[in-house]
Amino acid sequence: MQSSSPNTPSIWQTLFGHPVRAFGVVSLLLLISLAIAPAKNHFSEWRHYQKQYLALVRTRGDAVTLRRHFHDGIQQIWLPQIGVVDRCTTCHVGLKEASLADVSTQPFRRHPVIPHTSDQFGCVMCHRGQGAATTVEEAHSSTLAWEQPTLPARFVQSSCGQCHRAALSGTPQLNAGRNLLTKCGCVHCHTIKLADGSAIKPTDDPPSLEHVADKTTREWIYAWLKDPQAYAVTSTMPNFKLSDPDARDISAFLISNSTSIPGDTEPAKDSKAPDPTAGASLYGESFCASCHAVQNAAGNVVGGDVGPELTRIGNKTKPEWLRAWLRNPRVYDAETAMPHYRFTDQQVSLLVGFLGNKTDADLLANVHLDAATPEQIAHGKLLVTEYGCASCHKISGIKKPENFAPDLTRIGSKPLTQIIFLPGMAHTVPNYISAKIRQPRSFGAALKMPQYSFAPAQVDALTTALLALTDRAHDLPRALTLPTEAASNYQPAGKAGQLIADLACFSCHAINGRGGDMAPDLTWEGTSVQRVWLQAFLKNPGTLRPALIRRMPRFNLSDSEVTELTDYIMTVYQTPAFERDSMPSSGYPPAQVEQGKQLFYSKYSCQSCHIIDTKVDKGYIGPTLTQVGSRLNAAWIYHWLKDPQAMRPGTTEPNRNMSDEDSRALTAFLMTLKGSGKLEAKK
Amino acid sequence: MRRYSPALFVVFFILVSAGCTRKPGAASALKPTGFGAALVESSGGKQIGATGMVLAQPVVVQVNDEQGTAVTGALVEFSGPVGVNFDPPSGVTDSSGQFSTSVALGGMAGRYQLTARTFTKAQKPVELKIDEIALGYQQQVGFQLDDKYCARCHNPESSAERVSNFDNLAVKPHPFTEGDTLNKMSDADLTAIIGHGGPALNKSALMPPYGYTLSKTEIEALIAYIRLISDPPYHASGMVYAQK
Repeated sequence: MQSSSPNTPSIWQTLFGHPVRAFGVVSLLLLISLAIAPAKNHFSEWRHYQKQYLALVRTRGDAVTLRRHFHDGIQQIWLPQIGVVDRCTTCHVGLKEASLADVSTQPFRRHPVIPHTSDQFGCVMCHRGQGAATTVEEAHSSTLAWEQPTLPARFVQSSCGQCHRAALSGTPQLNAGRNLLTKCGCVHCHTIKLADGSAIKPTDDPPSLEHVADKTTREWIYAWLKDPQAYAVTSTMPNFKLSDPDARDISAFLISNSTSIPGDTEPAKDSKAPDPTAGASLYGESFCASCHAVQNAAGNVVGGDVGPELTRIGNKTKPEWLRAWLRNPRVYDAETAMPHYRFTDQQVSLLVGFLGNKTDADLLANVHLDAATPEQIAHGKLLVTEYGCASCHKISGIKKPENFAPDLTRIGSKPLTQIIFLPGMAHTVPNYISAKIRQPRSFGAALKMPQYSFAPAQVDALTTALLALTDRAHDLPRALTLPTEAASNYQPAGKAGQLIADLACFSCHAINGRGGDMAPDLTWEGTSVQRVWLQAFLKNPGTLRPALIRRMPRFNLSDSEVTELTDYIMTVYQTPAFERDSMPSSGYPPAQVEQGKQLFYSKYSCQSCHIIDTKVDKGYIGPTLTQVGSRLNAAWIYHWLKDPQAMRPGTTEPNRNMSDEDSRALTAFLMTLKGSGKLEAKK
Repeated sequence: MRRYSPALFVVFFILVSAGCTRKPGAASALKPTGFGAALVESSGGKQIGATGMVLAQPVVVQVNDEQGTAVTGALVEFSGPVGVNFDPPSGVTDSSGQFSTSVALGGMAGRYQLTARTFTKAQKPVELKIDEIALGYQQQVGFQLDDKYCARCHNPESSAERVSNFDNLAVKPHPFTEGDTLNKMSDADLTAIIGHGGPALNKSALMPPYGYTLSKTEIEALIAYIRLISDPPYHASGMVYAQK
């Protein structure tokens, strides 16, 4: 100030002129600046929406009620124990109004019916986004201060998975994704830890390659490595996009590395070609299709998915291996899900002949491999180590690699700064995950993750399952997380236990929480059925449910094996709820029997689902009851009628809330249905 | 001002280069080589999907000319209500005259009407409407319950894997899509018949009661599902609030 001469006006004066005027200007500026905050508040987005809502409500029949529910100003759901501060209801005003079901404009829609309310969990628990924000942009989108935008509707089921570890009936996509995660081998390479510290375990069973040369040829391995789905469309083996020399070297290594185990191959005894039609009917009679699928001429895959697809099995297996496998699969693989059928020599030959003809001439037509050189074998071993083949398959001399692929424990909350996105891709975690699943190598040609053949819906399902693995899922109070039922490792004891393992009963039946769901749960089978019937059934399983195409196969058990199993089931698999023999199997008064018959046909109309007289009844949802009096125990029938779900959780038979008298009469009637044929005579 | 000009220049340069890297839209790259006169649905209509999710089957349409033969290289464009996504939204028909797109429905449960459009030689649009249904959480639960408890009798469609019991019943149940009958029944009636069985409404005892098997919420979910899939569509009776 001192440097400026008195004649020239100071900067202050040039800018503001006379001090009095300057004072006026400054005061005005102050007033205006003071007005900014209230003005911003007045013209804010949320006020605009609240006014719109009031206008919408005014025209409706229940305007008074809706107006009374409405609260002016910023609304907030505050749940400190789970870290929720959500102001979404400031704009989404009609979330809880049932009468707004027909309103389709946002943000005034009613929330769809779900089992939780926003008062319990807030909004961002499920929808993500910035809960505390009060503008649309900040709340919904990714901003500099907030990475996580709202979750697209197609992945919203992932949020259920943050707390619910077990399958929910309302979240089929999440359930499907979790199944894929364990079934398609993801967790062989990637570690996924849950909040309770346990890791997700794979449910698939990739074959061991220790003895692979006994089973198949080098040519087949080569073709398989080049394109697994060309051999079997349902194969879960991914495509590693190997070059021809790489596939050649890996196949060379696997064959040279394979050792033989005694008894895993069996030469043909006679050179006579087996009858193909007899082979096909044996394949049908043995219910192979319950577990194995085959692609038909129309391209549809028909059959079960417990075992591998058999469309081109003749291209893959050597006949001498297949013969030994069908004789007893447990020689080659002690843990296999395939039961040990006691096939005769002739039956084995028939099946080997039938399966050996299932070939595709084109599959191996162009595969010509020269004898492997030591360099090729060494290079093959290097490739097998590099690609982490031993993560899934047992390979002699190569250890299962640890932490082979990135840990996915918190993938759902991965910070965007740690992700390298592809050009043109929206920068969100769901986008990244699904792109990575769809085409892993698009993120870099040198990446090891192979190409899977997932359908778009499967990619979304997997993405949903992975998005559930958030920081929140790990940091939630323990009381809120609902764990899965602990996997049971139930193992029946003794000789019968060995038989149950040998016959792979757990592949279809569940007992004490372990096993498949294709066939009925056998936990209380001993209380349910009569000894004579069980013995006859194990010897020659008959048809209980005519509409089912997947049925219990005949294992050709010896008499002593049948007795062993029957004894064990009748003694061990008993319900503690009631005494099995507390009701007689016959001798009910005729009047009670007649009353039961009346109840069966009129009051309870059981004939809509069950058949007791094959001439009159047609219903076949439930098992046929023509000989139920020789199959089931009276006490079991009585208690089943009283509460079917208590006897077998999840059964489709409805609970009829039956009186004691009615269920006694029905039991009396059903026990008179002894069937016509003699059970033991049938073979 | 002059001091800032290099900085302004840099900003300008960045803006221009950003503008140039943006790729031209996919639609403009499509050049139809053929023109049809009619658009027919090959498959993928009337599917039941879930909110926001990709439908299980792709929607496939075929472009035909006046004689009804398939046209190759005709442009097909898809559009739908807010929230519906098509992958790809437009394209040209293949050698069999077909164009296939995978569809993700919007976030609200309900019916979605999709529009497929092609153009004649005279650039006149030809349209085809395709209906799809999106199940929300509640309807999804209802669908699972239907599949487990109801469909075996109420759905006449039979397959080798799943044989229908419909033909075996002396009194035929109503398929859940049968809107002409079911739309006339109130929610209370449906709740009564599901909970207490056919006799509750003087109907057949072949319909058993599920009130001791299903919870109240489950029955509500089942009704929500039945209402959504009914054909013709169900409109709740009673007070109509919407003014427009």
